[in-house]
Amino acid sequence: MAGEMRPCQIHQPSPARGRVLKRFTPDVSAALPGPDWMCTRRAAAVAGLGDVAHPDVGEEVWRYSRIDELDLERYLPSSQRPVANTGVDGFIADGAAATVVLCDGWIQSVYISEAATEADVLIGTVADLVSGPALLGAVLEAPVDLFGHLNRAFCPEPLAVVVPDGVRLDGPVVVVSHVATEGVAAFPRLVVHCGVDAEVAVVEVQTSDDVGALVAPVLEATVGRAGRLCHAVLQELGQRVWQMAHQEVHVGQDASGELFHAGLGGDYARTRTDSRLLGRGAECRITAAYFGDGAQALDYRTFLDHAAPDTVSELLFKGAVDDASRSVYTGLIRVRPEAVRTRANQTNRNIKLSPDAWAESVPNLEIETDDVMCSHASTISPVDADQRFYLESRGVPTIVAERLLLEGFFSEVVAAAPVPSVGDRLQRGLIEKLNRHSTVGAKGAV
Amino acid sequence: MSVERVLRIESLRACAADTEILRGIDLEVRPGEVHAVMGPNGSGKSTLSHVLMGRPGYEVTGGSVTLDGVDLLGLTPWERAQAGLFLCLQHPIEVPGVSLEALLTEAARAGGRDPDAVREALATEAGSLGIDERLLDRPLNVDLSGGEKKRNEALQLGVLGARYAVLDEIDSGLDVDALATVSRRIQEATDEDGLGVLAITHFARLLEVLEPDRIHVLSRGTIRVTGGHELAEQLEAEGYAGVLGDAATEESETRVGLPHAAGFGEDPFA
Repeated sequence: MAGEMRPCQIHQPSPARGRVLKRFTPDVSAALPGPDWMCTRRAAAVAGLGDVAHPDVGEEVWRYSRIDELDLERYLPSSQRPVANTGVDGFIADGAAATVVLCDGWIQSVYISEAATEADVLIGTVADLVSGPALLGAVLEAPVDLFGHLNRAFCPEPLAVVVPDGVRLDGPVVVVSHVATEGVAAFPRLVVHCGVDAEVAVVEVQTSDDVGALVAPVLEATVGRAGRLCHAVLQELGQRVWQMAHQEVHVGQDASGELFHAGLGGDYARTRTDSRLLGRGAECRITAAYFGDGAQALDYRTFLDHAAPDTVSELLFKGAVDDASRSVYTGLIRVRPEAVRTRANQTNRNIKLSPDAWAESVPNLEIETDDVMCSHASTISPVDADQRFYLESRGVPTIVAERLLLEGFFSEVVAAAPVPSVGDRLQRGLIEKLNRHSTVGAKGAV
Repeated sequence: MSVERVLRIESLRACAADTEILRGIDLEVRPGEVHAVMGPNGSGKSTLSHVLMGRPGYEVTGGSVTLDGVDLLGLTPWERAQAGLFLCLQHPIEVPGVSLEALLTEAARAGGRDPDAVREALATEAGSLGIDERLLDRPLNVDLSGGEKKRNEALQLGVLGARYAVLDEIDSGLDVDALATVSRRIQEATDEDGLGVLAITHFARLLEVLEPDRIHVLSRGTIRVTGGHELAEQLEAEGYAGVLGDAATEESETRVGLPHAAGFGEDPFA
């Protein structure tokens, strides 16, 4: 794994490692708002950029990716608050404890319900928080890759969601992260802290206008002792957007981190998730559905680090690839010597809907202790011929049979959505894609 | 001009994995009739049922099949079902994530029938077959016992309102009570709705409850003997070897490499 990069604060010039980025300059970074401490950190990150290795498909963590197609010079970091009228989808925001809209990484609006305000839940820019310096980067000492560095250098307004100890929020905190500007490189950052015995669900809706853009969001999340954090992503980016996302989640003693992902949009959309189970009895569940069509590439990397005894992880990634789309799932479960009695399951199932589609699945285990129960499974296959025949034999046309089978295939992921409206929205997105598949299939059959 | 109501199989020949399994089958099933096709392992019974429904993996090399005048072999499996054919599978397939209601609703929609009527039809059929309504919301056949799966097949037969049903070893995996219930439902459909039945079975016990009009003994891909109930008694007494002579001992050659031939019960006649 390529997780061990040096922090940007250490200056050891080695020009061979990085390439000079002409548009990601100190001037652009310096124009971004924030208190001194934040500007200083950004400046250090920009100064360190020259030392950062650019991703290469030769590295395991970038293998099978389309990183060699990315030309960073086509994008310009967002240096001023965009003028855009980004709406909030009522379907998701109904009953929300808070709703925040980000545009190109800038905080555009913040709504906090009375209940959340009364419970002293802090939602807003990290810049305004007394605890800001400690909060930002607390779980992410060093960025995992170039895009993490760029986020550190060019994130205009990191958003904090801090749920105090013992507080349980009923409705979700909804964060709409929108990309609106043609040619922009956007760097949204979300910092979530779920306190001791606290409970919160955060729903991130990632959308865009029909623009060519790069977005590299970072999520940093901590779950305190016996806390319960759900974090769901609905990735519905436009067809010309490249996404390079990183999520870092630290789960404390007896706490649980539940991550959910619906990957539908983007041209190339990648999410790397690092989850560390740091306290005894910590649990992490990651459930994801993705559906690629056209020439999309959806790319998922998970690193599950069991660093304490009696920890549990459960990963389920289910995907479909149609047309000439591609998907990648690579996952590593690491069980450290102290993590005795770990239970870890990692499952990735893929359905190939077209001969030109392509799916890659590489689950790995790295176990450094005995007394663990770990499993991994991965499959890549077309729609099951026997199942399809069975449905057809009841009078259901082939394309409808395939649609039923795919809905069935994804149903356990839909059911696992932490917020019902997220499951509904995923279901709706899947059905749109399935209808497109059916239409194309029907045309092809004529 | 009225169309003659009959499921007519003429000189049907078919291969699986380049081996000829069906070597000229002739059969006619009319509305309300029950025909039993019996035969030893490897005689081609299951192949016949799969070829009639158009399961992938079989190649028809000759002959014809018409359903009330419609050329079945020119249709896809789902079109055959919409034309009025139902195949009750020996091993109903488990389909995680797909409910019975979703399946039958789509089938109704594709056939131009009222999809909203499916739920009620399901409840009625479930009642007459003694199926717990809670089972209806389970994914298709998942975690069902052998008996429950067969009741479930009979349930679908009833809701879809097929005109001809091919029952492939419907008695396998059924306990006596379930067999009686399923058979009673099928008898009812033949008597009241004029369902034509082709019951494919290894065992004579099905014939005791289903009371076929005609019994056909299949061997080496052709129908060798046809008769009435007396044939069932002869089979019971003498086994396939007695009825077919030495032909029954030559079946093993055709048993190799059949895609769907696995899973027969023990042969009591061996």
